[in-house]
Amino acid sequence: MSYLELLKLAAPEAIVVVTALAVLTVGLTSTRAKALCPIVAAIGTAVAIGAVLMLPSHANLFGGMLVISPLNSLFKIICLVLALVTVPLASSEKSLRNPGEYIAVLLLGAVGLMLLVGSEEFLMIFIGLELLGLSLYVMAAFDKSDVRSAEAGLKYFLFGSTASAFTLFGISFVYGMAGTTALAAIGQKLAAGPVQPLLAVGIVMTLIGFAFKIAAAPFHLWAPDAYQGAPIPSAAFIASGSKVASFVVLGKIVLIGFAPARGSADWHAMLAGWSPMLAVLAALSILLGNFVALAQANVRRLLAYSAVAHGGYTLLGIIAGGRDGFSATLFYTSVYAVTLVGAFAVVGVVRRESGDDDLQNFAGLASRSPLLAASMSIFLLSLAGLPPLAGFFGKFYLFSAAFRAGGNHGLLWLVALALFGSFVSLYYYLIVLKVIFVDQRSSSTPQPDQSNAGAARTSDFNVSTSLDLFSRITVTVLAAAVLFLGLMPQTLAARILASLP
Amino acid sequence: MIAWTIYVTFAGAIVLLVLPRGFARWLALVTAVAGFVIGVATFCQHDVDLAHFRTVVRVPWVPALGMNYHLALDGISLTLVLVTGIAAISAVLFSWDVTDRANEFFFWLLLVVGGSYGVFLSADLFLLFLFYELVIVPKYFLIAIFGSTNKEYGAMKLTLYSFFGGALVFLGIIAIYVTGGSLDLNQLAQFQFTPQLQSWAFPILFLGFAVLAGIWPLHTWAPTGHVAAPTAGSMLLAGIVMKLGAYAGLRVAMNLFPQGFQMWRTTIAVLAVVGIVYAAAVALRQRDLKFVIGYSSVSHMGFVLLGFATANVFGVSGAVLQMFSHGVIGALLFAVAGRMIYRRTRTRELDALSGMNLSRALPFAAFTFVVASAASMGIPGFSGFAAEITILIGAWKSYPLAVWITGAGMVLVAAFTLRALKRSFFDVDLANTAAAPPEMEPITIPEKLGAGLLMFATLAVGLYPKLLLDRIQPAVEAMRFLK
Repeated sequence: MSYLELLKLAAPEAIVVVTALAVLTVGLTSTRAKALCPIVAAIGTAVAIGAVLMLPSHANLFGGMLVISPLNSLFKIICLVLALVTVPLASSEKSLRNPGEYIAVLLLGAVGLMLLVGSEEFLMIFIGLELLGLSLYVMAAFDKSDVRSAEAGLKYFLFGSTASAFTLFGISFVYGMAGTTALAAIGQKLAAGPVQPLLAVGIVMTLIGFAFKIAAAPFHLWAPDAYQGAPIPSAAFIASGSKVASFVVLGKIVLIGFAPARGSADWHAMLAGWSPMLAVLAALSILLGNFVALAQANVRRLLAYSAVAHGGYTLLGIIAGGRDGFSATLFYTSVYAVTLVGAFAVVGVVRRESGDDDLQNFAGLASRSPLLAASMSIFLLSLAGLPPLAGFFGKFYLFSAAFRAGGNHGLLWLVALALFGSFVSLYYYLIVLKVIFVDQRSSSTPQPDQSNAGAARTSDFNVSTSLDLFSRITVTVLAAAVLFLGLMPQTLAARILASLP
Repeated sequence: MIAWTIYVTFAGAIVLLVLPRGFARWLALVTAVAGFVIGVATFCQHDVDLAHFRTVVRVPWVPALGMNYHLALDGISLTLVLVTGIAAISAVLFSWDVTDRANEFFFWLLLVVGGSYGVFLSADLFLLFLFYELVIVPKYFLIAIFGSTNKEYGAMKLTLYSFFGGALVFLGIIAIYVTGGSLDLNQLAQFQFTPQLQSWAFPILFLGFAVLAGIWPLHTWAPTGHVAAPTAGSMLLAGIVMKLGAYAGLRVAMNLFPQGFQMWRTTIAVLAVVGIVYAAAVALRQRDLKFVIGYSSVSHMGFVLLGFATANVFGVSGAVLQMFSHGVIGALLFAVAGRMIYRRTRTRELDALSGMNLSRALPFAAFTFVVASAASMGIPGFSGFAAEITILIGAWKSYPLAVWITGAGMVLVAAFTLRALKRSFFDVDLANTAAAPPEMEPITIPEKLGAGLLMFATLAVGLYPKLLLDRIQPAVEAMRFLK
């Protein structure tokens, strides 16, 4: 193994790191950093995507530390695309004073995602998690002028570091029992004998750490504050990229590493293992997420609780297991990530226009900006699972995989619960749409851009609208993508299915 | 060719979004007429085999999961495509006065119509469900933005009921897909599902669909939704949307799960009869004209379910005919109440209307309402009679007792219809006869055209029901649960 070969196989990660450093330099030296940094970042990310495409289809370095497979490459691309669509949101956010630093941290977070996705070995997974986590803590607390951003950052940091501690603790137990940190080798070792109690502790600890990351109830408590307080692009990235990568890794850990300790989540036939534990997490998330979301008056909090519920649905595929279930989970979480970045982008534009992101700030959006309103309805209806949008197909795929798994339709109870949850969820999504399409903007709402508009204000206004243009283009592209993936789901589903062994 | 009903309607809806406001209603009318003309053209072709659910289009869609874009046609589908076309045209004509956010209004309206065509023609289960759910959200916006009394409540209630039914259906479809291994309705109709699966999957699936058909006791969305909706919204709800549920219940639940159907059909019959009598009794006590009509819709849809439950050719053919008939009559009743009366008097309260001497002020409206009421009561010569008598003949073979009870229910139907008719139009205060009738905007030409189309349809089918029955009956005979 020559060093050059390693560099070749890790080229995408290296390119993103170099881009991050370049963005940092540009941000420090250029006077027009605000415009240049996003462009440099976008070019670098695009080149990295190209580099992923050039990788060989299979390679395995250092016993799984860096694995290149069709699945890993596909999800590296998805993570990079998610970073790429977050960049324009960051560039239109006025409150971020140092765009260079912010975008550099975002790119480092993307490297964390790629390491996480590209590894099948516990130590590298942990390093990826930490790199991602540290970047996200900084991003969440980046808006120094806003107390809520600091609160979001601190809460996310405290919960996240506790979760990391759990994961590391669990990994050490698993290592102690199996004598290795590579997932495939762990799977073989565990298959040899019955599950020891100590190993069970290790598995539970590891999974708790990931439950924090995907915000599954009852480990979701950081999510509402982080989603609401963090700057919009940070929240979007936490909700999308971090979640996709976590699901990919979680799936690999339990389906490869812990495969022998699966147990059974079938109704009346539960067997100890990770699948009943995940089933309980999923059921709690679906119920709690949907019911608490009903009572929210802030759109970002609402999205946070709905994210908890969606985390629950997504777990169904992993519980179902197999090629079918895992590919359904991967499809659903990718689609969900794209949808949520779009929804956050809309929230960002509304927030800049009307000052906040409570429900009433969305009143009359349909008459102010039909395009944004239409896009938001595409995102929310896709989340609710209505056709012909991507979320509908995703749910069908996911639920049919779960129904098929287990003996005698044992997971029917979870499928029925998830369907009930999505029935409840339609109500709160419709309430948002009702405010957008039906309600008129009340005159008492302060309108910042109307009073004493002098010459100076007009130029300021022009700058902000041109920056908003990036956000609006992103929103439109994402809405088109959600619609496209709903009408032509096989473009993504077939790729995911083909990439799984 | 029939597939173009779907494409034309959706294309019209999308073009509407970019069109200047003045053209919106014209484009909507052209689109609706085009859909109807395509339906009629297919109806007139003699070489089409309507006895079997013959494939019209079949293109692979998601090959990995066995989904196809698959459309098919038989006599049942064609009948419902026709009533969709008629209801769509008249709904556009009766919305000629919508000027506020007109493009949006007709966009949502055409989505409902296009989705309904899709449901009636789908031969792939996933596709059918896609179109079925596609109709839900446009209904919400149509009512919540453009409706009247208590519109946001009515819209939300209707949407949640629909989506609740949708969730049940979703579960049933997943069960079919996973155990049957296919989504093709014709293939699945050959598949033997285990009796154990049928016994629980049938009620879930049928109930899910029947929510939209207004089955008692899950019917309560219908009256509130109808009342809250704008005129065109109520016309589409009564004319088409309630048929979606009944049609899908027949095509999917009953046809795929014949044994499950046999186990549960008595329950369906009981619920249907309760629905017929209960809704008619409630209608008798309503003060709002639209509530009267809303409950009458539930009562008429009860006949459809009763027809299904008979499980013989007469009953089921009659049920399909009743879907057509009620689509036309329900639309006509709502058109009179919502557009002709409410837009002019600003009230639908029977007490307020009775003092207005409306039969003199709006003679055309009075005439239309008399025709519609007669058709609704089941006077021979109108389509309602032809359909209900066929259903009752079928029911006599299976559930004689149901016929007796339903017969009593029909007296109630006559009672509330006559009461509404008298109170709204003919409650002339004798002391006041000399007084001039109140000044009202005359009935416009689009209203006359729309009413004329609907009255023609109910009369034509009433006088010559063989026109439709000859096409419905072979298709029903081909269904599996009869064998």
